[in-house]
Amino acid sequence: MNAEVRQIRTVAEQGLLDSYLASKAKLPGAGDVMALREAAFKVFEQQGLPHRRIEEWKYTDLRAVMRDSKPLALPPDAKAKSRAKDAGQWLAAVGARRIVFVDGVFAPDLSDLSALEKGLTIGSLADALAKADPHVLKILGRASPAKDDPAVTLNTAFMGDGAVIRVADSAVIDKPLHLAFVTSGDKAVSIFARSLVMIGKGAKATLIESHEGPAGIEYQVNHALELSVGDEAQFDHIKIAHEGDKAIHVGTLIADIGAKARIGDFTFTTGGAVVRNQIFMRLGGQETNANISGASLLRARQHADNTLVIDHAVPHCTSRETFKSVVDDEARSVFQGKIIVRPDAQKTDGKMATHALLLSEGAEADAKPELEIFADDVVCGHGATAGALDEDLLFYLKARGIPPKEAEALLIQAFIGAAVETIANEALREALMSEAERWLAARG
Amino acid sequence: MSLLQIKNLHVEIDGKKILNGLDLTIEKGTVHAIMGPNGSGKSTLAYVLAGKADYEVTEGDVLLDGRSILDMAPDERAAKGLFLAFQYPVEIPGVATMTFLRTAVNAQRKKRGEGEYSTPDFLKKVREAAAKLEIDPDMLKRSVNVGFSGGEKKRAEILQMTMFEPRLAVLDETDSGLDIDALKVVSEGVNRLRSPERAFLVITHYQRLLDHIVPDVVHVMSRGRIVKTGGKELALELEARGYAQYAEAAE
Repeated sequence: MNAEVRQIRTVAEQGLLDSYLASKAKLPGAGDVMALREAAFKVFEQQGLPHRRIEEWKYTDLRAVMRDSKPLALPPDAKAKSRAKDAGQWLAAVGARRIVFVDGVFAPDLSDLSALEKGLTIGSLADALAKADPHVLKILGRASPAKDDPAVTLNTAFMGDGAVIRVADSAVIDKPLHLAFVTSGDKAVSIFARSLVMIGKGAKATLIESHEGPAGIEYQVNHALELSVGDEAQFDHIKIAHEGDKAIHVGTLIADIGAKARIGDFTFTTGGAVVRNQIFMRLGGQETNANISGASLLRARQHADNTLVIDHAVPHCTSRETFKSVVDDEARSVFQGKIIVRPDAQKTDGKMATHALLLSEGAEADAKPELEIFADDVVCGHGATAGALDEDLLFYLKARGIPPKEAEALLIQAFIGAAVETIANEALREALMSEAERWLAARG
Repeated sequence: MSLLQIKNLHVEIDGKKILNGLDLTIEKGTVHAIMGPNGSGKSTLAYVLAGKADYEVTEGDVLLDGRSILDMAPDERAAKGLFLAFQYPVEIPGVATMTFLRTAVNAQRKKRGEGEYSTPDFLKKVREAAAKLEIDPDMLKRSVNVGFSGGEKKRAEILQMTMFEPRLAVLDETDSGLDIDALKVVSEGVNRLRSPERAFLVITHYQRLLDHIVPDVVHVMSRGRIVKTGGKELALELEARGYAQYAEAAE
């Protein structure tokens, strides 16, 4: 009776299959790398694209959303690079070291690689794969708590280029690093990029990851970032999904955190037609403190999904998860957060909250906070709210002469601001609030 | 022309009649007090003047400078010079008091066709006004009314009034929750703004506020109407004899 039910492949699934077979020989790396790709692709072949009957993807049915697969992007030519030269420059005020990836490919000529701080190395994943760099192969996809995640397996099969960044033990990198991913062209392409970031023991760094691309083009981006943070390190990661309005973006952060570390993670989503931001974080050392937040500003028929799994594997760690979304028109915001507390992880302190501000009748917010607690001496909680702007506050502002749209904008900024405030870097906070202001101004 | 004319005003909320044919005329340069028992419709009058939704005007009119304001949105009324000091000022987390004040002042000026304040002029004006009201400058950096004591909230309302320079200020139970020192500071703030061009409508339950803000005219309100009008001595009479005698009058 247990006959395997195999679904007929969708156009997109068949397209990915054809694309993989046609291009795998040209993808960087041989030997072990190829074995990794093949194993990952086999998983994909069996499970297909994730769909709504898979619990983790119930709100974001990628099988339905991806009507087809797009051809893999070609390596960028001079024209593409010229179009991409301003990637991420809207964050210029932050003064970060910009490292540009055009159509998923490292562009050293567009990047600021001068006078690298002591202890900082920046490289290309494609180079590392081609050279079979043993350090990279040792960690790539191996310890991943998300090995079977459909987005990650697809990424592993197709990964082209990306960043390989190392911050040595005790190195303090004051200047934020900014990985600026840009889709340059006017063609619907698919891009699979993979980055590895290793933060040494006691090191300190800030990493910004921004994704942008043209409006009106149905391109598809799948990026995965594998992060390891050593004991006593301080690391901030800010991801900005600023994709074009027709783009599908699936991004995954897979993080393994050591002891006594301080982690700040922020996901900011304003762009894209369908965006899925995934975080799989394992707190594997004691007395670590992780603050994981995000804010989404959505309009038209945008769909943005923040899904996270925070795994408290050891005792005495603290995590805070706070995600806010502002949803206008017929847009939809999804939050799925899970805190796992392993049997050994006594004295865990975890609090998760998600708040959605619905600005129109057609806006939708889905929230699914979950706690899986196997230890008995913990403090964990979660909360979720969704609602409209407070009429009493609006009236107060209007009674002071502030026009309705401006009054709404003030309250929306305040709502988002409370999340953005958790970002340590002040210039970055200001840049994101300016972006929120632009979003509000465009509301008309 | 009278600054404010309320003519035969009838107001309902959720089908319930609150104001039943209220008449009131206020001239420039005067201070009117409205006193009355709880539930007589005093706060409803304040809200209706400011333009709060949910209140339905079923009959009558409200004229400011001879023009009906009932079709105007709250922000337009504010720009025309109407100010309401709230009985319960709301807390607005995440909106800094300074940002709020500047946004509001400039929105009003813009609507009146006046230029926006320059930053130094604005800051100077706020700081001076705050100092007179004994408001700690640090409070201006905090979110609007968040964590303010009852007295601080009321002083912040008077600070806003000082910045907006309204033509008609409606003070809704501004004395509630104030100790005697705060009452003095707030009253002095109001008195400083008295001018031949400006009028006040002071809504209060108790006479004590009127020792500090001395009214020209006192009205008694009961069951949604003005039932008696007199001079400032009327307030003393009410304090001595209570509102019971007026309960019948509105029938």
